[in-house]
Amino acid sequence: MGKAELPLHAPARQADKGYIGQSVPRPNAQRLLQGRGTFVDDLRLPRLAHVVFVRSPHAHARIKSLRLQQAQAAPGVIGVFDGRAVAQVCTPWVGVLGHLKGIKSPPQHAIAIERACWQGEAVAAVVAESRAQAEDAAALVEAEWQELPVVVDMEQALAGRPVIHPELGDNVCFKREHDTGGVEDAFAKADLVVEETFHFGRHTGVCLEGRSILADYNAAEHSLTVYHSTQAPHMMQDIFARHLGIPEASVRVIAKDVGGSFGIKVHVYPDEMATAALSVMLRRPVKFVADRLESFLTDIHAREHRVKVRLACSKAGEILAFDLDDLTAIGPYSVYPRTSGIEGNQVVNLTGGPYRHQKYRAKLHVVFTNKNVTCQYRAVGHPIAVALTEGIVDLAAQKLGMDPAEFRRRNLIPDDAYPYTFPSGIKFEKLSHHQCLDKLLALMSYGKLREEQAALRKQGIHRGIGLAAMIEVTNPSPAFYGVGGARISAQDGATLRLEPSGMVTVLCGVTEQGQGTEAIFAQIAASAVGVGMDKVRVITGDTGVTPYGGGTWASRGAGIGGEAVLLAGRALRSNLLEVAAAVLKVDQQELDVADDHVVNRLTRESKLPLAELGRIAHFRPDTLPPDFQAELTVTRHYTPRQYGFTFTNGIQASWVEVDTATGFVKLLKHWCVEDSGTLINPMLVDEQLRGGVVQGIGAALYEECLYSPEGQLLNGNLADYLVPMALEMPDIVCAHVETPTKQSQLGAKGVGEAGTAGAPGAVMNAINDALAPLGARVTAMPFTPERILRALRKVP
Amino acid sequence: MERDFDIALTVNGVRVARRVEARQHLVDFLREELGLTGAHAGCEHGVCGACTLRVDGEIVRGCLMLAVQAHGRRVDTIEGLSDSGELAALQKAFHEHNALQCGFCTPGMLLAAQELLRRGGKPSREEIRAHLSGNYCRCTGYQAIVDAIEQVLHGQG
Repeated sequence: MGKAELPLHAPARQADKGYIGQSVPRPNAQRLLQGRGTFVDDLRLPRLAHVVFVRSPHAHARIKSLRLQQAQAAPGVIGVFDGRAVAQVCTPWVGVLGHLKGIKSPPQHAIAIERACWQGEAVAAVVAESRAQAEDAAALVEAEWQELPVVVDMEQALAGRPVIHPELGDNVCFKREHDTGGVEDAFAKADLVVEETFHFGRHTGVCLEGRSILADYNAAEHSLTVYHSTQAPHMMQDIFARHLGIPEASVRVIAKDVGGSFGIKVHVYPDEMATAALSVMLRRPVKFVADRLESFLTDIHAREHRVKVRLACSKAGEILAFDLDDLTAIGPYSVYPRTSGIEGNQVVNLTGGPYRHQKYRAKLHVVFTNKNVTCQYRAVGHPIAVALTEGIVDLAAQKLGMDPAEFRRRNLIPDDAYPYTFPSGIKFEKLSHHQCLDKLLALMSYGKLREEQAALRKQGIHRGIGLAAMIEVTNPSPAFYGVGGARISAQDGATLRLEPSGMVTVLCGVTEQGQGTEAIFAQIAASAVGVGMDKVRVITGDTGVTPYGGGTWASRGAGIGGEAVLLAGRALRSNLLEVAAAVLKVDQQELDVADDHVVNRLTRESKLPLAELGRIAHFRPDTLPPDFQAELTVTRHYTPRQYGFTFTNGIQASWVEVDTATGFVKLLKHWCVEDSGTLINPMLVDEQLRGGVVQGIGAALYEECLYSPEGQLLNGNLADYLVPMALEMPDIVCAHVETPTKQSQLGAKGVGEAGTAGAPGAVMNAINDALAPLGARVTAMPFTPERILRALRKVP
Repeated sequence: MERDFDIALTVNGVRVARRVEARQHLVDFLREELGLTGAHAGCEHGVCGACTLRVDGEIVRGCLMLAVQAHGRRVDTIEGLSDSGELAALQKAFHEHNALQCGFCTPGMLLAAQELLRRGGKPSREEIRAHLSGNYCRCTGYQAIVDAIEQVLHGQG
């Protein structure tokens, strides 16, 4: 059989090739079900020391003095260090990228020197034999502060009142303007212009496992092994190597089980860099695990935006132009190495994305404030772009008296219009908006639901339907980070090895955070090689053994890592056939691999079990022709190149009931139709979508990091910061359209962020649909009962 | 004031004795002193449920109970309840439904779910959701967890 022979997506394929498309349970879930996983905090190393950080109680203050002596003398203390001491070992960094023209940020140190710029910034590190001893000693560090003027409001920050980093001239980290031209003209000629200002609350990832790192420096080798709860081991290997002055190949980053990440664990955190530096300084393993309060203060936040958006359309309901002005605040530093300019940049790239208007103008300002830093969190920019687009689209439909589903149908880019270039410059290979819309409306019985809604309104029950069409960035090419100078891999590699027993070991640079990466790699490998999944073992998350790769972010694992596994699997099978041909002394073309055996290609009769092939190739190669060498380990890599991003599309719907007496929103049901190309494991895909939807619901209804005017985080604990819990969540119905990408042989696009991208907009539109007859409207997330009652003019 | 105390307790059916600091939480004792790392510290203020344990047959938050309070009592953890087979039906259903992703909440979630099963009866989906409302899961969206528990409830006839 030739190279493109695997009927990967044929409907009725044989079981030996057919794991792709099957809802196979994850083999690696078994250990987690018995509490026998290995999270960083589960590891025990000899001479392990524990670090605790003294953090600034002020949002902006000069460190007049730090008295460490008392802490140093406390029981169990190994060392107490300030920023200058740690800076001797760890060089500072600057979170800018070349392709974000003009982005600026000051150098940032592992531990603040002279000045703290947000409440929670680490100013000293206390290392002790136990965590409890380190915490006791940290309380003995005496700091004398000179408080500095604070800016927490983004409008004030934009106005430079005051400028946080005087050497930068102003508080503008990054700005961008995009204009296709003709926007003013389109607005002047429009029959209808709608305008709205939307506010998005700053929130955070709340991974159940806090950020965790255990750094183990070996002074004899000048080598560093880091056990890290991270999404990007190779990126961190490069960073530790460069900032600690250790050769890259002498740094090994190992990510075992990771207790949730969602983009939180793909950034460089000062306290984690300090932990690695302390291991070097103390020549022993040092562990840091962020507790819940530290997580709220220092895990990246995201999504604090104020956006004015205008839409122009004709009487017939044709969208003519979008115009938007986004202001977002990112804290005092742009986060390294991905920068904090990307989220706003995505809002500019993606707003209006599902629709076919040609005129588009967008303005973005990204400003510094004295709050915790923000950076890329699941669905980066998409939840904002989708909510803006879908919120203003619904308003236009309402003003025209047109059904929102019909309004979308008139404006969604036609399914036969691809490839297509959107006015922001992004390119779509092939999307399926209309198929998805049709499927969604059928799935939710849209017409019937509207009738039910109308009937209930007469009884004083206010229910609403909200739709949100979306596009999503997946499978990013080097255009995302690499072109800007970031040492973040856009390619990923996979190694497949046939073991002597006929089993297959897979090693891949993409990591597992529970989304099922290892399971789908096993499915792909088993399908490509021709073995049962029970014969496959997968290893990820170790720079010491896996091929180099980017890891897990931007919905890239299945599409990029999966393709590398597929290519390596096909190559291994080809090599197996060469060995079999040599053993059996027949033409390779007569053979195939199926069900753990080399078989006759036509009769499917077993010719040689792979276990026997493995035995001969490994232990009795003397029986093979003298010039023949079996190659049973193969590595292949994959980089998407034809498009900057492989866009996916989908549409969500939310069905809610608003209690107009209390302002509470009850989520009744949620639907999501998504086109993520080839579905490798529908069960895992659906669960990714549902988890994402629920995270988006959190943003829409509950989650916000609230700061006082002094820059104090007011609700930084799990009791006061609300997250979605089981009782409030609805059942979520998922369905799919499959448009495989033609850029790869696997055809998979990403799916991990779609749910989070669309849910906030869908919920917002549903609430506003429920409130519409009452003349009320909400535009500031999260939609708390207080905000809804205020919109209803029931509270001031 | 006395800081350290001798305690003796039964953990997963095995008698253990240790001298512990009065302030040490039960979950930290199990993790640090006994190496039972299946229960996780998620929030350490009693909200997330990741540290759920069973003490004398009742589920408790391991971060809200001190090790000294477990003196003379029987403590069961995810490891012990896995080995005894008590959680097998739930674990199988969780696996088949993919009712976990990162797995950090899973031990607590399973202990909470088993509590519901032990009460008997046929709770509705809404009641299952209500029972789990003290266990935070950021990954799954909860639906597969509810599905898995529902399957075991129905499987019990």
